[in-house]
Amino acid sequence: MSDILEIKNLSKHFDDFTAVNNVNFSVEEGGFFSILGSSGCGKTTLLRIIAGFQQESEGDVIIHGQSMKGVPPEKRPVNIVFQNLALFPMMNVRENIAFGLKRQKLNKADISFKINEMLDRVGLQGYENKKVTDLSGGQRQRVAIARSLVMNPSILLLDEPLGALDRKLREHMKVELKLLQKEIGTTFVYITHDQSEALVMSDKVAVMHDGQFEQIDTPRNLYKNPKTAFVAGFVGDTNRFELKSTADNSIVTAGGWSLRMPGLKKPANELYIRPEALIINPDDNLENVNTFDVTIKTVLFDGSNTKLSTIVKGNEEELFISLPQNAQFDGIAEGSDLKVGVHHNDLKYF
Amino acid sequence: MKNKTNFNSTFYLLIIPVFIWLIFMIVIPHIELLISSFLVEDDMGEMVISFDNYIEFFSQKIYWLTFVKTAAYSIGVTLLAFIVAFPIAFYLTKVASKKSASFLILLLIIPLWVGELVTVYGWMVLLGDNGVINHFLMSTGIINTPINMLYTDFSMVIGLLYMSVLFMVIPVMSSLESLDDSLIEAACDLGASKWVIFTRIIIPYSMPGITSGSIIVFMLVIGDYLAPNLLGGKNSLWFTEQIYNNFLQTFNWNEGAAFGFLLLILSSALVWVALKLSGQKLEKVGS
Repeated sequence: MSDILEIKNLSKHFDDFTAVNNVNFSVEEGGFFSILGSSGCGKTTLLRIIAGFQQESEGDVIIHGQSMKGVPPEKRPVNIVFQNLALFPMMNVRENIAFGLKRQKLNKADISFKINEMLDRVGLQGYENKKVTDLSGGQRQRVAIARSLVMNPSILLLDEPLGALDRKLREHMKVELKLLQKEIGTTFVYITHDQSEALVMSDKVAVMHDGQFEQIDTPRNLYKNPKTAFVAGFVGDTNRFELKSTADNSIVTAGGWSLRMPGLKKPANELYIRPEALIINPDDNLENVNTFDVTIKTVLFDGSNTKLSTIVKGNEEELFISLPQNAQFDGIAEGSDLKVGVHHNDLKYF
Repeated sequence: MKNKTNFNSTFYLLIIPVFIWLIFMIVIPHIELLISSFLVEDDMGEMVISFDNYIEFFSQKIYWLTFVKTAAYSIGVTLLAFIVAFPIAFYLTKVASKKSASFLILLLIIPLWVGELVTVYGWMVLLGDNGVINHFLMSTGIINTPINMLYTDFSMVIGLLYMSVLFMVIPVMSSLESLDDSLIEAACDLGASKWVIFTRIIIPYSMPGITSGSIIVFMLVIGDYLAPNLLGGKNSLWFTEQIYNNFLQTFNWNEGAAFGFLLLILSSALVWVALKLSGQKLEKVGS
């Protein structure tokens, strides 16, 4: 598939700080691309530059192979769903969705047809004459998306549109949004600070930090093979350790915990171990596995996300271990000891 | 139970001053006026009930003309006030920085502190035949004879506009303040031109502010006496002047009361029609 959006060496400087610093990436046509970063990392600025509301300081935005330099927002083949949705409060649902179509000077029948089709798609039939102020959060969300999608944009930009929803509804809209994107095939560029949103919905995720992209990858790769310490710490739960020394075949943490690591090449100063990478009661015959004993401090019960908070024996490093909820470990007690193992490949050091 | 009684007594305590104000300052004087508007002195010098005061109004063409002119000019001044006030309000809320905006608002309010009489005299000094403007135009040789500006409808409208425009600026500003910039960006993103954004987004959004500003300005202007009298001169034909004449020159208080009531009915009716036409509700405008 061809690239619909290309960002080349894009930078944005404000008076004394750089919001976007030499960013490069491309998005495949029909893809769901997320930019994940904490607030203030420059992701909103980046999105506003793509939409045309802000001017880049350097670099170029290329859509369909055409540079967008000097093209005003109303002429770009992109539409944006704003963080606060920006629905027009004095118009009803139908008028909101029709707003953009009316600007295209389409005839009444075409507009009506397109609106009905869109209402159908987002499941808002029967609501067209309601005031947007009378709708629930999820419905307002759908109106905002419908209002942009009905313009048939090449790219739909979404600026944390689920941020204002409560948790339950957000989980629901996440799935709905992914299905909608699959169904209509429009390219989505989605920015969020919520890693779960990014991982669940996206084909590709870019992790942004201090105006730069740390890594662009599939959600699975991002999680399994983080390229930088920031990505390893930011995406997913993890145990992080400062390292005191690294020798050829072993790692020693600041707390004095020594782990074998054959083939360790570069000197490193941080170690990351995912809670679910730890094997409880590993088989003694397993190869390439560090085994050690821990003392269980507390059981942090959270359904399928239950963890053990433990202390590694012989040093005082704290280690969180995922606890599968499959009855096997129901008898696990606070204060008891446990044998734990971790595979070499699951030791991520930077 | 006890709490409820407490709440009620506090409530009544708070509402009593409002009631006293309403009854003694508004209801009773109006009833008094209404009664006296239906009273006429007969040949014996006795007061009798009659419609003569109202019939007088409808039979004299000059009263009619004044009435219609006052209404038409008040509507006109309200429109002008909107045209002048909207850019000011937009600039102060959306363009100017917070700091300069508060300074500019102060500048707008200062003429109000001086009082209407002083500002009206100020305009007389500016617009008179020997006033500042004419003096400047003549000394620079642009004109040879002074332009007659004072004691015309022009000077009257200027005066009315000047004293009322602030009352349009403030409510429109408070409407615009709550207008999220992202609404404008969203409209822009959907392909709207500047004109469409203005007429379809900004104006409808600020409609409650515009309506309440218009009502205040209209009421102030239609009931104003100083500006029409001092700046409009003898021919200004403002209806408040007719009321004033009846009360204080011909001492026909009953006729004056009838005219006062007619003005009240006229202005209320026009506001009602305007609310109906703009599709606004008084409760919404007031909030």
